[in-house]
Amino acid sequence: MNLDFSEEQKALKDQVRRFLDARCTPAAVRTILEGPEPFDRGLYAGLAELGVLGAAIPEAYGGVGLSHLELCVVAEELGRALAPVPVASSIYLAAEFLLQAGSEAQKRAWLPKLASGQAVGTFAFVEGQGRMTPDKVQTAVASGGLSGVKSPVSDGDIADVAIVLARAGGGRGADAVSLFVVDLNGPGVSRDTLKTIDPTRSQARIAFDNAPAEPLGGTGDGWHVTTQVMDRAAILMAFEQVGGADRALEMARDYALDRMAFGRPIGSFQAIKHMLANMYVSSTLARSNCYYAAWALASGAVELPVAAATARVSATTAFQHCAKNNIQVHGGMGFTWAFDCHLFYRRSNALALALGSLSTWESLLIERMSAGNLNAAA
Amino acid sequence: MDFDDTPEEATFRAQARAFIDAHAPKHLAPELKRASFGSSAVQSEDPLQASKAWQKKKAEAGWACLHWPKEYGGAGRSPIERVIWGQEEGIYSALSGPFVIGHGMCGPTVMAWAGEDQKQRLLPPLASGEEIWCQLFSEPAGGSDLAGLRTRAVRAEDGSGDWIVNGQKIWTSGAQHSDWGLLITRTAPDVPKHKGLTMFFLSMRTSGVEVRPIKQANGQSGFNEVYFKDVRIPDAQRLGAVGQGWQVSLTTLMNERLSIGTGMSTYFPELFRFCLEAEVDGEPAANDAAVRSRLAQFAVRQSGLKYTGMRAITALSKGQTPGPESSIGKLVAGATMQELAMFALDLQGQAGVVWDETSPQDGRFQSLLMRSPATRIEGGSDEILRNIIGERVLGLPGDIRVDKDVPFKDIPTSGRAKS
Repeated sequence: MNLDFSEEQKALKDQVRRFLDARCTPAAVRTILEGPEPFDRGLYAGLAELGVLGAAIPEAYGGVGLSHLELCVVAEELGRALAPVPVASSIYLAAEFLLQAGSEAQKRAWLPKLASGQAVGTFAFVEGQGRMTPDKVQTAVASGGLSGVKSPVSDGDIADVAIVLARAGGGRGADAVSLFVVDLNGPGVSRDTLKTIDPTRSQARIAFDNAPAEPLGGTGDGWHVTTQVMDRAAILMAFEQVGGADRALEMARDYALDRMAFGRPIGSFQAIKHMLANMYVSSTLARSNCYYAAWALASGAVELPVAAATARVSATTAFQHCAKNNIQVHGGMGFTWAFDCHLFYRRSNALALALGSLSTWESLLIERMSAGNLNAAA
Repeated sequence: MDFDDTPEEATFRAQARAFIDAHAPKHLAPELKRASFGSSAVQSEDPLQASKAWQKKKAEAGWACLHWPKEYGGAGRSPIERVIWGQEEGIYSALSGPFVIGHGMCGPTVMAWAGEDQKQRLLPPLASGEEIWCQLFSEPAGGSDLAGLRTRAVRAEDGSGDWIVNGQKIWTSGAQHSDWGLLITRTAPDVPKHKGLTMFFLSMRTSGVEVRPIKQANGQSGFNEVYFKDVRIPDAQRLGAVGQGWQVSLTTLMNERLSIGTGMSTYFPELFRFCLEAEVDGEPAANDAAVRSRLAQFAVRQSGLKYTGMRAITALSKGQTPGPESSIGKLVAGATMQELAMFALDLQGQAGVVWDETSPQDGRFQSLLMRSPATRIEGGSDEILRNIIGERVLGLPGDIRVDKDVPFKDIPTSGRAKS
């Protein structure tokens, strides 16, 4: 039994934390929140140089060739620091699509650039309100040209390449959609940055008008591959959420130790103490579920779909819980622009929706447990 | 990361499995599997005798109290081996119920505080299940505030050095079939409350000890009140110094929180099975979006507890002490089983009120509904557990204690007392 990261992985985590402590301060996050830059380019270049972008990309494609366990510990630190960089879009999604379904030529064309940070990738999936289903996809490819509107697309305004889910040919249901690679700097692409609840992570609307598109994977495999990659990304995202939850809990704890009211530290009041204890409980449950999912991700276990949904539901719940109660523990100061509580509140609610909402993942978890067997519940 | 045993662990597991396979009371397996929370698992024969018989077999072959030293009836095994044994014992571990308090709490306290002769006399029969122990701590006036207890022990006037005990304990699990009790008393009412306590052990057959079952809110009687009327205890049965009882009790309570809550089920698997079978609007309940949302939240709590346990086992396997994350077990499990029971009844509609053999799963969820309030109180209430997490894990300051430096006799005993 070994449900823990290795000493080397923990050392990597410490290294990334030290790097982010120095380079991704709350002030740096605020620069993105308040300024015109869509992401922290210097930080992203630094992460590339450190090798964390390419951690799980094979050396043959310009990566470091470590495992997804290393990427998990990196993700936790990125979440903790609220890093305003497109790692999720470019690495958890775009690179993962290429690794799972890309041709040799596609991998060679894009993976080295994604690993080095020279190019940013993303996944153009959603078309408007509500839970995405195959039948909601209206973007379509005809004679090699892709047309339609994807919105919101994470980092769609800064990405150089997108994996796009689109209709190819007729039909309905999951078999009617396929994946395509589109160079976003090429013709037929126009994009607008969207106003969102969390400006530290960019979102865009992308309109395609007969943009050149190259198939990724087989025709009709689009939904299947998307599900696989979303599961893998959900686990990494869950680590980001656990990192954020832990940091929000620490902020609340530190404030409760420091802040005096009625002649005593507010952390000595049970109303506050118990709120913090409950936050600790959520974040601990989420962390344990994430470790299980990390095992499934790294070992390619058949439990991966259930483990991914479990980690995702648990981590979304924990981060939202910790971020909202962090504000509550801070009282009125927690609602000021000057205090950092809202940065965590924004991110926790944005990440809760990225890759599909909480209710979507709750439903997926139970569908998968029902489809599998009762052992999944034990 | 992996879920595999080390070679040594695998060898030990194979030995444990072979012993259980050859010797476990398999004729009891069907009823042990069916057992619902809060009721005695074994109905077909005397449950206490069934428990003692299995414990005796384990003791004879060296499988009892694995974590205790051999000289006291244990097996000198490592914590990870104890965990592996528990996994392999499976449903038969329910038979250990009568010994949980003795093995988990009283035994370790005796081991830490009694003289060598006493340990040689008391511990082996406790390990083998021949003698059962209970823990005489809680009182009507001292539950979460244990140090507020009022059972008095005073020196006998005959110069023998013996102690005379008068008072009442409550919520004593298993007192009715216990041979020995671990008893905390007040010996000095004129000093602050934590400083005037003294710990003893005594035979439950001592004259003046009376055990009365408590009829619980769910109609069952798993706990007792124990009355002490001029009970005489030799000074040799004192554990720790006079006035050191609080410190001695911490040994017990530390062990209590380790035993209660590790590996607790939340009954999620049973709920999930029910949701696949039960129908909402002509479809399995698990197809309904609202049901799925609730189920998913229960599922991730169950799974989070399971893998928190595995993180603790990982630490044990490496010879380390598990981290503070293990402290969440009972807090999460208790609240979850209560909410889960209410949800299961909700899905049964108006028929959920019925609690008999026609109820789904033999009325398991109704039993759970009625028993689960106790889980949130026994062995440290939810509120005490949150204080522990807040203070010991997160490092928050303790509450202000207005009675801390006040002589016990001067502490108000009613919130409505005249000032």
